[in-house]
Amino acid sequence: MEMIVASAIGVLTAGGIYLILRLRAFPVILGMAMLSYAVNVFLFATGRLAINAPPILNKYADVSYSDPLPQALVLTAIVISFGMTAVLVMIALGAYLEADSDAIDMDDDAVGTAADDKGQGA
Amino acid sequence: MTDGSILAFIAILPFLGALVPGVMIRAGRNACATFTAVPTLLALLLLLIQAPAVMRGEVLTTTIEWLPQLGLSASFFLDGLGLLFAGMILGVGLLITLYARFYLSSDDPMGQFYTYLLLFQGAMLGIVLSDNILLLLIFWELTSLSSFLLIGYWKHLPEGRQGARMALTVTGAGGLAMIGGMLILGNIVGSYNLTDILAQGDVIKASEWYLPALILILLGAFTKSAQFPFHFWLPHAMAAPTPVSAYLHSATMVKAGVFLMARMWPALAGTDAWFYIVATTGLITMVLGAVIALFKDDLKALLAFSTVSHLGLLTMLLGFGTKAAAIAAMFHIINHLTFKAALFMTAGIIDHETHTRDIKRLGGLAKLMPITATIGAITALSMAGLIPLNGFISKEMMLEETLHTTWYHNPWIVPVLATLGACFSVAYSFRFVFHVFGGKVRDDYPATPHDPPFGLYASPALLTILVVVIGLMPHLAEPLVKVAASAVTGAETKPYLKIWHGFNTALYMSALAFVVGIFLLYLHGGLARIWDRMPRPEAKAIFDAIMQASVSSARWLIAGTHNGVMSRYLAVFVSFTVVIGYHAYATGGAAPATREMLPVPPIVWIGWFGVLAATWLVVSQHHRRFRSLIYLSIIGLMISGGFVYLSAPDLALTQISVETVTILLLLLALYFLPKETPVESSAGKRWRDGAIAVAGGVAVAALAMAFLTRDVDTISAYHLANSYKGGGGTNVVNVILVDFRGYDTYGEIIVLGIAGLTIYALMDALLRGPAAKRLRDRAFSPDRSRDRHPLMMVVVTRAMLPIAMLVGVYIFLRGHNQPGGGFVAGLVISIAFLMQYMASGFAWTQMRQRMEYHTMIGWGVLIAGLTGVGAWLAGKPFLTSAYGYLHFPPIEEFEWATAIVFDLGVFLAVLGAVMLMLYSLSRIARFAGETVNVEPMDYDPSAEAEENDDAAGQPQTEGQ
Repeated sequence: MEMIVASAIGVLTAGGIYLILRLRAFPVILGMAMLSYAVNVFLFATGRLAINAPPILNKYADVSYSDPLPQALVLTAIVISFGMTAVLVMIALGAYLEADSDAIDMDDDAVGTAADDKGQGA
Repeated sequence: MTDGSILAFIAILPFLGALVPGVMIRAGRNACATFTAVPTLLALLLLLIQAPAVMRGEVLTTTIEWLPQLGLSASFFLDGLGLLFAGMILGVGLLITLYARFYLSSDDPMGQFYTYLLLFQGAMLGIVLSDNILLLLIFWELTSLSSFLLIGYWKHLPEGRQGARMALTVTGAGGLAMIGGMLILGNIVGSYNLTDILAQGDVIKASEWYLPALILILLGAFTKSAQFPFHFWLPHAMAAPTPVSAYLHSATMVKAGVFLMARMWPALAGTDAWFYIVATTGLITMVLGAVIALFKDDLKALLAFSTVSHLGLLTMLLGFGTKAAAIAAMFHIINHLTFKAALFMTAGIIDHETHTRDIKRLGGLAKLMPITATIGAITALSMAGLIPLNGFISKEMMLEETLHTTWYHNPWIVPVLATLGACFSVAYSFRFVFHVFGGKVRDDYPATPHDPPFGLYASPALLTILVVVIGLMPHLAEPLVKVAASAVTGAETKPYLKIWHGFNTALYMSALAFVVGIFLLYLHGGLARIWDRMPRPEAKAIFDAIMQASVSSARWLIAGTHNGVMSRYLAVFVSFTVVIGYHAYATGGAAPATREMLPVPPIVWIGWFGVLAATWLVVSQHHRRFRSLIYLSIIGLMISGGFVYLSAPDLALTQISVETVTILLLLLALYFLPKETPVESSAGKRWRDGAIAVAGGVAVAALAMAFLTRDVDTISAYHLANSYKGGGGTNVVNVILVDFRGYDTYGEIIVLGIAGLTIYALMDALLRGPAAKRLRDRAFSPDRSRDRHPLMMVVVTRAMLPIAMLVGVYIFLRGHNQPGGGFVAGLVISIAFLMQYMASGFAWTQMRQRMEYHTMIGWGVLIAGLTGVGAWLAGKPFLTSAYGYLHFPPIEEFEWATAIVFDLGVFLAVLGAVMLMLYSLSRIARFAGETVNVEPMDYDPSAEAEENDDAAGQPQTEGQ
């Protein structure tokens, strides 16, 4: 089981990294979303894996529980990564509507030659 | 040790007072100056109340702990040295406040000036009262910053701006070096408390880190006190208004370096390194400053170099490392303050009345400005070291000390050079007197000179009286010098100050200096011509060249590494991280695996395969954006399933609802974005990126595998044990969120709210720019559906709404004990609304519900915050929850917990943020010409009309 989770994290990370290295905003957003999955599962896994042991206290029997702390932290992380994705989407959308292109790289020679080029890259 | 809790208040007073002048300026300039004087006066009075105890030899201390684990505390102490300096800072501060009131013209923003002045005064006081070197460093940097504001006060003058920048660069850089030195000291001693450090002098001097610490700290002191070769900033700082020069550049800030050397004396002084570095630097600075001062025609430049020279003198005395030298230094600090501040103010008066500071254009002022001339002449003669003024006494003491000093087996070099410095000192002081006040009255002054009003000469006159009184009755200063010198040396000192020591070598040296000085002044015209022709290194040119070189190298570095190509940064970042990780893996050791792996049932294999396949599809099909979104949602679904299987029901609920919202949001955004990503990268780049991605993936997988197969010692046992007892809930995850780590959650909902507001603001700004025009001109894609709001969907979502709401409420209510809670409930309810929006259109739905999403976020954060504050009222820490049970007879027992109120705040903030994000997107749609439908169900006839008009207008279906 551990092998399965670790490899899934690895595959998601690899896919995410490949996508954030693309040149357009949309695949980068997809890549960030995939990296968020990977990171969230990774953090969750730091509490180690357990089956049939949800951290809901059982009054009637003495049972084992999975580690609740990483779960609580990942829960907020999931919601925050949604917020981050939404902001990214809006920035990408704004950049596209302003500049009519959703390429994310600024021109190679745009920086360093003139200070007034700032903010022109979309 | 005496309780000195008043010290913290004294130190904070000027900062509090700094807020006032900016407001009081509306009540007039007099009120403004008065209210500046009040905090200063109050602080001075409080200080004087403490003075008798300090004079008895007591040390007042107080400590306000902040982060004791890091050695950070607001500790203050007051001993003789601190009393001397604090008294000077506040006393001269008062005089300067009065002087500046009359000096500044009505065009100058006086409120600003006084605010800066008080800020500076507070920072200086902080330095001399701090008992913690980290605190001292903070005040140290604050003096640099506030002096920057003061030097550049006349913003319209380029010299002012350049001078301020130069001063900040030089003293700021020195301050950085000093931070390093102080941290080393703290490390050697094991404490950042000044008192502890001073008590450990022997340990420090024996440490192998002594020399680096000494050099770094001295860099800070030398830059601040304008010691060679960092002396050049002080003359350029003279572009400041004269009250600033008189306060900062004669009395206080430049003496901070001297103060620091005196303060650290017990810890650092007494070694060969200290003697050779400090005494030599001081000697060179003293002579060099005196020589240059003679050849300056600008009154303030002359005084600036004279100050450099006198600071060199003080540094040299401290460098000698003897008790007698420390006494001389402390006494000279008082004397220099009295005559130099008065001289600066005199220069300011002359500038104010004649509109020039050029000595060559002045002369004969004694007849026109008798009062000013008297003040100027007495103080300048004291600067020259003439009997019976106070400058004479401390200069004699200095010369006496040089006679006892051997520099590298050479007994005469120090006294000779000191006498040389004294010669030039006499020369420039007499030049100040004779070339400005002496001579004939001229008829070409830029303005008609006359004595200023009393307010302007009151401050220098008072200081002049002190010059004469201390000169005639030096024993009056004895007690203060005694406690200060004792505090410096850490041992009892017995200063014996008197004006006449009989005919001794020092007196002969003085007499020689006097004669040579007069002679030098006689030769001044010829010497000045030679001086002007002599090639000299121009400090400003060198400084500018260094700055230019740093700027262009920084620019080169930025252009080379940070040129705007994001994919390159990310590639470098990922590769570097992997390499570092590999290095750690290859060099570190990991304990053997201890955990048994769990078995893998077939269903898990299916989920795993789903993730792999969907990832592969997203990556390989990412050019087709709609499709890749669908594949992405498969991954989310599989992960939610994984959470269910791996005992994390809360995570599963959250993941699946977030997934829904995310994909909907991306779909909506995609409506406005290009539907395809063009293929732009070359095959080579794709292989390279692929290789980086695989390396990163393998690294993360290996890391995950490594910790998954090893056991861990967690703190969760505490949470599990106390969740019910302390938090009143059985869902431990929820109790952690709303109670144990409620502060985190509170921060998270604020972040989420900010994200929502950011998006709203972004869209608002966007729709005012060129994007709005582009949107309006935009043609709808020809393949859009004419059945915008299909009947089936409207009916189904209408029926679903109450059910979805009910589910949301249910999830919210049970959250404390079963999987659920505010986060999930907020998401579920927003999905319920979203369905309505999708079915009938955002605008149509929006008209039928009256909720302000901004307000909702605000309420959410407020409710959550108030719940936390409620715990304070019960005397518990922020966000401690309370719970209890209610029993209604026919029904079962009810539990109540304050945590649910907090969770309500979370719920509102999440709901508000999500809805605000969607609302922002819908505004774009409205701009793009989306119409509001009248009925919930709606069929768009326009497209049909087009179709009838143009029979060939078949919608194309490519690109999806």
